[in-house]
Amino acid sequence: MTSLILRATARSLLPVLLLFSWIILYRGHNLPGGGFIGGLTAAAGFIIVGLSEDIEQAKRILRISPLSLMAVGLLTAALSGVIGVMTGAPFMTGIWLNTFEMPVVGTIHLGTPMLFDVGVYLAVCGFSLNTLFTLSETED
Amino acid sequence: MNTLIAITVGVLAAASIYSLLRCSMMKLIVGIVLLGHAVNLLIFSAGGLRDSTPPIIAENQEVLRPPHADPLPQALVLTAIVISFGLIAFCITLVQRTYDIVGDDDINALARSDS
Amino acid sequence: MEIFWIILGILLGALSATTVHRVSAMYSGRLLACIPATGFMWLLTRVPDIHDHPLQGSISWFPQLGADLSFHVDALGLLMALLITGIGAIILAYSGDYLKGDSQQGRFFVFLMVFMASMLGVVTADNLILLFVFWELTSVSSYLLIGYYHESAESRWKALQALLVTGLGGAAMMGGLILLNRASGTWTISEMLNSGLSIAEHAYYPAIVTLFIIGAFTKSAQFPFHFWLPNAMAAPTPVSAYLHSATMVKAGVFLLLRFTPVLGGTSAWMITLTGFGSITMLIGAVNGLRQTDLKKILAYTTLSVLGMLVLLIGLGTPTAIASAMLLLTGHALYKATLFLTSGIIDHETGTRDLQRLRGLRRAMPITAAIAGLAALSKAGLPPFFGFIGKESIYSIGFAPGAMVAILPMIMLANMIMFALALSTGFHPFHGAVTSDTPKSPHEAGPAMYLGPLILSVLGLVFGLLPGITVESLIGSAVTSILSTETDIHLSVWHGFNVPLLLSIATIAGGVVLYRMRVCFWSKADESDRRRLSFDRIYTFIFNGFVAVAKCQTRILQSGYLRNYFIIILSVTGAMIAFNLIALGGLPRTFNIRDAKILDWAACIIIMASLYPAIFGRSRMTVLIALGAVGFGVTMIFILHGAPDLAITQIVVETLTVVLFMLAIYRLPNFRSHSTRNMRFFDSVFSGIAGLLVTLCVLKAQHVKLAPSVSNQYSEWSYSLAHGKNIVNVILVDFRALDTMGEISVLAISSIGIMTLVLTRTRKRRMEKQE
Repeated sequence: MTSLILRATARSLLPVLLLFSWIILYRGHNLPGGGFIGGLTAAAGFIIVGLSEDIEQAKRILRISPLSLMAVGLLTAALSGVIGVMTGAPFMTGIWLNTFEMPVVGTIHLGTPMLFDVGVYLAVCGFSLNTLFTLSETED
Repeated sequence: MNTLIAITVGVLAAASIYSLLRCSMMKLIVGIVLLGHAVNLLIFSAGGLRDSTPPIIAENQEVLRPPHADPLPQALVLTAIVISFGLIAFCITLVQRTYDIVGDDDINALARSDS
Repeated sequence: MEIFWIILGILLGALSATTVHRVSAMYSGRLLACIPATGFMWLLTRVPDIHDHPLQGSISWFPQLGADLSFHVDALGLLMALLITGIGAIILAYSGDYLKGDSQQGRFFVFLMVFMASMLGVVTADNLILLFVFWELTSVSSYLLIGYYHESAESRWKALQALLVTGLGGAAMMGGLILLNRASGTWTISEMLNSGLSIAEHAYYPAIVTLFIIGAFTKSAQFPFHFWLPNAMAAPTPVSAYLHSATMVKAGVFLLLRFTPVLGGTSAWMITLTGFGSITMLIGAVNGLRQTDLKKILAYTTLSVLGMLVLLIGLGTPTAIASAMLLLTGHALYKATLFLTSGIIDHETGTRDLQRLRGLRRAMPITAAIAGLAALSKAGLPPFFGFIGKESIYSIGFAPGAMVAILPMIMLANMIMFALALSTGFHPFHGAVTSDTPKSPHEAGPAMYLGPLILSVLGLVFGLLPGITVESLIGSAVTSILSTETDIHLSVWHGFNVPLLLSIATIAGGVVLYRMRVCFWSKADESDRRRLSFDRIYTFIFNGFVAVAKCQTRILQSGYLRNYFIIILSVTGAMIAFNLIALGGLPRTFNIRDAKILDWAACIIIMASLYPAIFGRSRMTVLIALGAVGFGVTMIFILHGAPDLAITQIVVETLTVVLFMLAIYRLPNFRSHSTRNMRFFDSVFSGIAGLLVTLCVLKAQHVKLAPSVSNQYSEWSYSLAHGKNIVNVILVDFRALDTMGEISVLAISSIGIMTLVLTRTRKRRMEKQE
């Protein structure tokens, strides 16, 4: 499974897929998308690299271990709930910042539910990668 | 339409149960995959499939205007899809490991191997 | 609230007990004894004004359930708490020496202190739920104590027996407490008692009384649950001393006393308690006569006293309750002493058999004196405390009928008690010196005899000076039990009257019985074997349960996955079918015409791919077929307004394929292991299941059991949660906590996979290295 074309495409596909997954994540609140889909897409990007070259390469590109990605995701999601608590509201209450304009992207509206979605994104991505990397390790 | 989906779900469920009842561990994985599909579709269609517009509030509107599909089962199914992926991954690993240890893909070998 | 700190202190002591023991094995018992001793001292300072100022305090625990850590100590609770902490401290110090060198002494202290704390909780808790928690804790911790010699199978069996019997009572008690709450409307005991309400007229009353009495009877070893108490002698002697004097067995009695104003006063209550009480009293006394083991004798006299206590509570008059309190206190003092001295005898001579123990007074003069004092109190001789108790019982104004029935029984029990008191307190020490004992006897150390010495001297002091020592506390205890003002005057000398005559008669009878003691002994063993005892009934029931459990395990737990599936699915299917019919029969509307061409396409793809998916032999075929099924499902999602689902499904489908690809060469190939008949059965079975699912889906579309929350979510999505994709808003905002749980599940499953794979890889590596 190491055809040259695939390898070349995979390498260039990865940043595209990552960017794509971030867009999915961001627009998820208003249009189809969100953390689950984004995370899975990002994982797919790494898996393509892993399949076209080898898993070690994919791991190197990822830099941090998928397990810590998962942990960071879970923590982020939990943290987003705690922010609500700090303002005196119950756990997981959504807190929103005021909207502001950004060039190119347009109107931005940030809140803790989006942070939560980022957590979901990281956790799902970490989960998928951890599972697939682990399973690939048995081919010794 | 609903009847068609219902029949599909029934057939999926029957196929998955048939697979689960097989003695081969591989069929177990197939059964679990199919069961996941069956249940997802069941939840998805349980409220009745009426409209095919996604439950997304249109640009420059504040509330969802009918007709629209029911968002609640969709939210349930979305996580269920990802969870069943986790379950399948776990099952595959488990079968692999069991096969390694027992050296037989007959589930009944497990009943004989312990104790 | 201070009582809470005492309990907490003892529990903390239990936590630190093993450490303390490791640091100083020599003094650990004495050091740990300081904790309950401190509690005792503090409680003692509260005695004078307990009547007007009961101790109370409350910490919120589960307010929604009505369960609070609330305590209320009135005179009755204080008296019990004093006995528990005081005797507890003595037992701790004593067992420091008694079990010296035992490898598990540290654990013993832990169990004993947990038991002490829970017992203290039982007598001070003001909340029914809290009471129940402590009640169960005493059962569990006494199980650990009785089964302390856990290497011995017999000891384990007896401990389990005690646990099962008291546990059964605990279950009954729980039911009783809950019903009591339903009937009285409060979880707080003091509130229930203060409101002066009686639930005798309530519809639940018979159930409450029955359950309460079962609970109290199992704990206090009343007939027909009495058999566990003599068996519990398997415990180390200090434990027996503690369990049988001040604590465990008194818990049931305490409970009956506590709830007398609420539950008592009816003829059902009176007849049950007096009836079972007198049976227990006589069984205990008569069986006690036939024993030669010191501890067994003491156990049976405990039974007898417990029976007498229950009988007195059943009578329920102020004098009867006062007598019960006197008996309870006196018994706690002398019984603890006698157990401890018999422990000393056992420890120093190596036997507890009366036939071999004679003339120990030369070798153990102090123990002999202590045991003698306690025995005199137990025998009810003036001027000991036991005498006051007995006099008080004889002075109860018996109704004429009861006079005939009950009084002779009490007198008989007291005569036997007298004889047994002398058997345990005098017989071993007097007579000719024998050298029949396994060890040559000598006096025990001060840590062992100091405790019993204090207790036995107290028995004398209370008897001589009741007015300035115990009168006020017992008086207010009776007042707090009956919720009516009662005056108690205690003194040794009441002048020549009927009770005195009865006492003299008792003593005369007792002396005769003591003289004849050897005649009863010989028959003990053989008759025990022939008798239909409750112990044997218990064993029969126990074995029956085990047999039934084994049988049903053999049938239901076959170990074959297929059978489990069939059982689970059949039950589920039956329940679904039942519900389908219960909700108005099978669905009647079928509309297949409105399906569009793409719907047909999707459904046909799914159904067509199923055949290769389940019957395929090549792994690749199956993989592709499963992919096609997933694709069909995705199509349905797209067609019915679920873009989010469609995208997720597609990506997951991709990843699943990758997953299979990674694992496929390590997985077995598809093979058939089933017979033709099995396949036929399975086809029919899964066909029916599928049909049920179809009907279920069709039905679900027309049944609305509750209004959907979907509309609410749609309305709030933008206005409250600032999101336009409602599915996503539900996931990350409305039901974010669920999502949190779901991603946690994913993480756990991933870690599970890692564990499974890594253990294998590691094993491989090790094999390679070898």
